[in-house]
Amino acid sequence: MQLDAKIPAGPIADKWDSHRFDVKLVNPANKRKFSVIVVGTGLAGASAAATLGELGYRVKAFTFHDSPRRAHSIAAQGGINAAKNYHNDGDSVFRLFYDTVKGGDYRSREANVYRLAQVSGEIIDQATAQGVPFAREYGGLLDNRSFGGAQVSRTFYARGQTGQQLLLGAYQAMARQVHEGSVDLHTKSEMLDLVTEGGRAVGIVTRDLGTGEISSHSAHAVVLATGGYSNAFFLSTNAKACNVSAIWRAHRKGALFANPCYTQIHPTCIPQSDDFQSKLTLMSESLRNDGRIWVPVEADDERPPNEIAEDERDYYLERRYPAFGNLVPRDVASRAAKGMIDAGLGIGPRRNGVYLDFATAIGRLGRDAIEAKYGNLFEMYANITGEDPYAVPMRIYPAPHYTMGGLWVDYNLMTTVPGLYAIGEANFSDHGANRLGASALMQGLADGYFVLPNTISDYLAPLLGVQPPPTDHPAFTQAVADVTGRVDGLLAVKGTRTVDWFHRQLGKILWDYCGMARNRAGLEKAISEIRALREEFQTDVRVLGGGETLNLSLERAGRVADFFELGELMCRDALYREESAGGHFREEHQTDEGEALRDDDRFAHVAAWGWNGPDRDPSLTVEQLQFEHVKLAQRSYK
Amino acid sequence: MDLTLKVWRQDGPQDAGRFETYSAESISEDMSFLEMLDVVNERLVEEGTEPIAFDSDCREGICGTCGLMIDGQAHGPQRATATCQLHMRSYRDGDEITIEPWRAAAFPIMKDLVVDRSPFDRIVEAGGFITAPTGSAPDANLIPVPKEDSDLAFEAAACIGCGACVAACPNGAAQLFTAAKLAHLNLLPQGQPERYQRTEAMVDEMESYFGSCTNHGECQAACPKDISIDFIALLNRDYGKAKFSGRRKRAD
Repeated sequence: MQLDAKIPAGPIADKWDSHRFDVKLVNPANKRKFSVIVVGTGLAGASAAATLGELGYRVKAFTFHDSPRRAHSIAAQGGINAAKNYHNDGDSVFRLFYDTVKGGDYRSREANVYRLAQVSGEIIDQATAQGVPFAREYGGLLDNRSFGGAQVSRTFYARGQTGQQLLLGAYQAMARQVHEGSVDLHTKSEMLDLVTEGGRAVGIVTRDLGTGEISSHSAHAVVLATGGYSNAFFLSTNAKACNVSAIWRAHRKGALFANPCYTQIHPTCIPQSDDFQSKLTLMSESLRNDGRIWVPVEADDERPPNEIAEDERDYYLERRYPAFGNLVPRDVASRAAKGMIDAGLGIGPRRNGVYLDFATAIGRLGRDAIEAKYGNLFEMYANITGEDPYAVPMRIYPAPHYTMGGLWVDYNLMTTVPGLYAIGEANFSDHGANRLGASALMQGLADGYFVLPNTISDYLAPLLGVQPPPTDHPAFTQAVADVTGRVDGLLAVKGTRTVDWFHRQLGKILWDYCGMARNRAGLEKAISEIRALREEFQTDVRVLGGGETLNLSLERAGRVADFFELGELMCRDALYREESAGGHFREEHQTDEGEALRDDDRFAHVAAWGWNGPDRDPSLTVEQLQFEHVKLAQRSYK
Repeated sequence: MDLTLKVWRQDGPQDAGRFETYSAESISEDMSFLEMLDVVNERLVEEGTEPIAFDSDCREGICGTCGLMIDGQAHGPQRATATCQLHMRSYRDGDEITIEPWRAAAFPIMKDLVVDRSPFDRIVEAGGFITAPTGSAPDANLIPVPKEDSDLAFEAAACIGCGACVAACPNGAAQLFTAAKLAHLNLLPQGQPERYQRTEAMVDEMESYFGSCTNHGECQAACPKDISIDFIALLNRDYGKAKFSGRRKRAD
């Protein structure tokens, strides 16, 4: 297979403009003749559904939650980047573009990233017009703060609840379209398969999570906005229900999966407290604006942190990266923390954390100022740990948080299956090998509000007068039979182990061998262990209850089954990529100072994998990345 | 610590339901309440009993998916805390804990502790938005918003839509939820053009599902985001104005 990214010709600053002129359009009166399915109602999905509905398309939106407002975008804390340069501190579209390509360790597609930076300002305008209550200065204008990987203040925020407020904005815009009748909303409906006919995406099969009813939905195009796959690790900062199934089912139907090994381990999460822990909680990266990260100089220092004198502390990020200090990108901060703990310098009861200390900031700004900025985060920390972060430093440790990999998409955000689009975290295109903080919200909303609604007409226009196949077409009946077979199969195993037991085992394998540091032997071991565990799952999982009712174990079992296949592909991709880049750190490839060492001659490309069946090796197709505006260099934050 | 749980079990919407008693053993105080239930569920599955169905997702107090009546209190004993953020250090060895689903006529039970809260979406669809089609927005700094107004709107917008206010209310009223959404939008300059139309539409939609507010204040006490009932006063004022100006228009 040849991959054509369909990057428009011309200077980078003009590509998006000229492309919007070149795409085929559907006239306003004809838009209602087209139906579009949007799966997922987080930032990307809700903004896309709302905008497509406003344009006049007939939209069917699906979420497995009981309300679109529950999507995990809601948990994003810190902020959203935009090149507004409201602070006159040297920001520009080009700088945001440059920072993002560099932050991604030169493994993203320049044209996509430039477009992202171009529309970033419009997102802030759009959200503000919807009533998103961004933080403001006393003069009434919008406030900004800094995030990792940047030396300008370009992050807009709403206390520690930016994702919540942006999602409510997109959800409300979509609710307006539901009211208008242009968006048909299906809640508690989980997509269990993609339906293709003649090589095109024509619909989906869903299961009603309340009644177990399996139904088919056809449309001219299908948009997947179903988020990332960090929950493959079991313990992550993602919500419990986040899963890979929608994009994995699409992958099995022909959509290539790009860079699955690019996973982001976020540096500031609350360390695991016991073996029953169900998830890890993120403490926003914005805390690194005012918090200082340190460990004791001596290993096994048992003293309480406040009794350890300044000269007995190692503020290792400030020491190693004086230019960026505590605001180095996430991958760098996470590996540095891992290095400290591996060296025996970990703190806390399980020796599994480093300190994030606010004493200096509280001394300088006062407790009230810190409370105004981060109050809800401090409260959450106190609730979870039983410790008061105003009085003692927070304990933090890295945790899986975001996945840069996802379905391969071209410049139009279309996957390798015609008519199937992937937006937001579900696609791969903009963050390369590492995402910068406050860029996920930006990308989700860029895709949903501004990119997809402008590119989808290029695919739809030639289909005027063509109806998608009806839901009694053999393509649908076959997909329904497959889904029903899988559901019944899981219920029929009647083994001895719970779904969560298997998920924990899988997560441990991935964390140990495909987490913050990877090597050949470990990855090969992980692949064989995952295969063995998958076989055990197929013969020994215990799912009680029936399929025709609300059954949470059954839902989880289906998702974990897909995580097994994905987990193996993550390891294969990590094994193939014989270099270190961003979140992918191969121990065999590092500089003398322990930094990631890329191999641009061999790996300045996207690795896109094709499905060949559960027991056959996937096929690899590469998209060569061209860097015409950013010079490839060793990333330096010193 | 070892605990005894009395849990509401109900096989489906039509089932009568009943309390079942389970023991929760060797629970650590660092566990969250929901992790304690996870442990109980793992054991139930191993014993061959169907696990207790309960809703949860983000487990960091922001998505609003979880919600249990714990010893008769929505989200349990800790003030301004969602169920997922309640930790077992609030309990002592030997405690007996009663766990029920949200109790409200507008939230029918789907199974065990899971309820259907979709009427909340209907209220938002009726008018809980500002009409600003994508692409039509002016520069974000064109309209300065006084910080106090913006902060107050944010406090209302912090609502997570969990439904604790309804569950705690003796009348099963949704005034706090609706008032929070209205205040968020009605306090901002962007929300003014549709202010009264929005208020009338949302309140009327609310009343087709939920009971009436008689100022008990239980909603505020149960709210995991500490949303103030002052916003209900704003709702009442705007609703009165909406009805009054509506009547005047009709008379013209």
